[in-house]
Amino acid sequence: MISAHSELNNKIMLEQSQGVKQFLTFIMADEEYGVDILTVQEIRSWEEITEIPNAPDYVKGVINLRGTIVPILDLRLRFGLATIDYGPLTVVIVVKVIFEQNSKIMGMVVDAVSDVYSIVEQDAKTVPNFSDSDNAEFVAGLVNVGEKMVALLNLQKTMDI
Amino acid sequence: MSIDLSQFFEVFFEESFEGLDAMEAELLNLIPGEEDLETINTIFRAAHSIKGGSGTFGFNSVSDFTHVLETLLDQIREGKRELTAEHVNLLLKSVDCLRELLRGLQAEQEPNLEEAIALRIKFEQILGLNQAEKNKLEVTASPAQLALNTYQIDFKPHHHLFKTGNEPLYMISELAELGDLETQAFHNEIPDITDLSADDCFLSWRFFLNTAKDENAIREIFEWVEDDADLTIALCGGLFADDDAQVTAPDVVAETSNSTPVPAAVNVAVVKPIKKDTVVKASTPAAESISIRVGIDKVDSLINMVGELVITQAMLSQIGQQEITEATIASLQEGLTQLAHNTRDLQENVMRIRMLPISFVFSRFPRLVRDISQKLNKQVELKLLGEQTELDKTVMEKISDPMVHLVRNSLDHGLETVEQRLAAGKDPVGTVTLNAFHQGGNIVIEIMDDGQGLNTVKIKQKAVANGLVSDADELDDDEINELIFMPGFSTADEVSDISGRGVGMDVVRRNIQSLNGSVEVSSAAGVGSTFIIRLPLTLAILDGQLVRVAKHTYIIPLISIVESLQIDISKVSRVGKDLDVLRLRDEYIPILRLYSIFNHQGAIETLDKTLLVVVESDNQKIGLLVDDLLSQQQVVIKSLEANYQKVDGVSGATILGDGRVSLIVDISGLIKLSGLRKPGSQELIIESQANLEAS
Repeated sequence: MISAHSELNNKIMLEQSQGVKQFLTFIMADEEYGVDILTVQEIRSWEEITEIPNAPDYVKGVINLRGTIVPILDLRLRFGLATIDYGPLTVVIVVKVIFEQNSKIMGMVVDAVSDVYSIVEQDAKTVPNFSDSDNAEFVAGLVNVGEKMVALLNLQKTMDI
Repeated sequence: MSIDLSQFFEVFFEESFEGLDAMEAELLNLIPGEEDLETINTIFRAAHSIKGGSGTFGFNSVSDFTHVLETLLDQIREGKRELTAEHVNLLLKSVDCLRELLRGLQAEQEPNLEEAIALRIKFEQILGLNQAEKNKLEVTASPAQLALNTYQIDFKPHHHLFKTGNEPLYMISELAELGDLETQAFHNEIPDITDLSADDCFLSWRFFLNTAKDENAIREIFEWVEDDADLTIALCGGLFADDDAQVTAPDVVAETSNSTPVPAAVNVAVVKPIKKDTVVKASTPAAESISIRVGIDKVDSLINMVGELVITQAMLSQIGQQEITEATIASLQEGLTQLAHNTRDLQENVMRIRMLPISFVFSRFPRLVRDISQKLNKQVELKLLGEQTELDKTVMEKISDPMVHLVRNSLDHGLETVEQRLAAGKDPVGTVTLNAFHQGGNIVIEIMDDGQGLNTVKIKQKAVANGLVSDADELDDDEINELIFMPGFSTADEVSDISGRGVGMDVVRRNIQSLNGSVEVSSAAGVGSTFIIRLPLTLAILDGQLVRVAKHTYIIPLISIVESLQIDISKVSRVGKDLDVLRLRDEYIPILRLYSIFNHQGAIETLDKTLLVVVESDNQKIGLLVDDLLSQQQVVIKSLEANYQKVDGVSGATILGDGRVSLIVDISGLIKLSGLRKPGSQELIIESQANLEAS
């Protein structure tokens, strides 16, 4: 188990040195988004949550993650997409977001987890700035994986409440 | 055999800092002319052990400096010198200086020796020594005995010396007691390892002894070995040769104890005065080790509790393996009760470990008061009461700065000068009293002075000038006194370096509030003022009342709850647009609807027969409307800000028994959130009172 783990780490480190990063992708409203896999702490199913009074609507509340209080954001609401009922596939991706002064553990509710891709970060194209829509700043870049297009998230911006 | 001394550094630093604290405290008790021998002895002992420790660890800058200090103390102790106020001041300064040196060493920085050297020169002036002699300071030197002689002693024991039962080490230490001793050891006679015999002595020594004693005193030491050694003693005027093989007196013991068994003597060549920088490099990075000293009784009782817990656990697991019958259920319940009991005891005891007496904070004030009163030219007596009152360490660390500020204020603004006090018919010596005691689950710290009290006229003028209030506002004295806690308020006409920058009291209040505490002031003109700080005993655990609002569970700190009651609608009246107040005995309690402040749907909205929790914060009572009262329990406070941000009206979160998160209500934040500001609400209540009385 441990050796498998360290092997994986070694692989990731090797790939990183070549500018390759692994991204965990997830689905939201039929679009695929990616986050750097090293920021992902764990993937959980949706569970009952404690609401925070007077919080923005996309902050669903806080959960107890082994004794730590972790806020959960609904990414659909964050991106201004139509909401859907949470189903069996609905998952919470817990990520560690590094901000300028500190880092925070936060969770985001997404429709479903998709895949893990190795992506050369330099291949990412910047987002065309069509409108002054806020959503553009949540995306760090766009990459093609086979036929699909994956939007790489800018976690700092997305999770900055 | 080499021992890594660096592992003891932390202990040495800790002990030295404690020693310095003790020295400081005792020095402050010293009154020139009526000094108590025991006090001086205590100071001397503290200085001596710092010197010894720093010598052992090779912190020569510290040991050299402490040495002169010790010399002066020794003379005073032996009555050869009168203690003067100048001495006390100088000694206090050296305590500061030593503390700086030690901090520098602890942080592995090159110590700044400027001040140490300056102070040392002053000491030497007092001791009447000139610069040329400062390196050979005689331990017991006194002005009458300054005629020092340097002897060269060559001591070459015969090989069979050990067999006669003599130990050179003892002789060397005796020599060292006569005066300043420099030792050279010669190891050239040590044979090859194959010819080496462990019980033969192959070493010889040359000593330079700088002493006031005569040759006979030296001969006496070697009296027993005269026949077993070649001994020459010669008077020489020369200074010590300065080469690395020399070992200074404090190191002799270490060196010779290594050399006595002969195989170890091979090491002698490399024994040199330990150089400070090599030692420092060897030590592990001095990551600020935060440690507390815990009484052994506390640890013992913890071990007992854990023992009981283990027994209970064994009992429960045994029950778990049995078949479930009514009997097992009964014993299971019994076991669970015991477990609850054990857990609570354990928790209380663990919390006690973090509790320290407040004297840790109080102890810094005698010095502060002394320094400031000298600077301000006021006469002040400091009284400390309740020093043994225990307080959580984290709270203690955070309360110390606000307290310093308040004490400075009392000294600077509160107490009058001697002339003013005499003119007012008071004792010329002003008094500042620090008092600590427990009250409920709180610790209360009072800072009292018998000075002029707060000048309400001046405060109001200043507040008007700063635009904090308008001239037309009618404020009573308490309200005016409150103004000093407003941001940007300072009455000092001139900004002094002691207080009066106008960033004071609001910061003090904010710091105390961040600890869930409060600070208030009461004052009487001409009699004095008192600042009262209230703090929770601990920050980690809180007794909470669980309440339900719609489907949400919140926790209200038990300490702020005055009472809970069912609303009798006939006692409720509406004030203004949307504020309901409840008449409760003689008071009018504004009712806050928690569901509306927190924006929750589905709660009970009618007032009649609904539950109201009356809470008090900042001297203001309010009623919180809740759907249901649940259990009371102790909760562990978790930070919401660590991963999220500050939430208004919520002071933190906790995890309940079922693993769910519950939020802790912050009463004063809630009042702010509801828009029910203090002056405003009072007006409303007064208004309503007038209305009710009219009807």
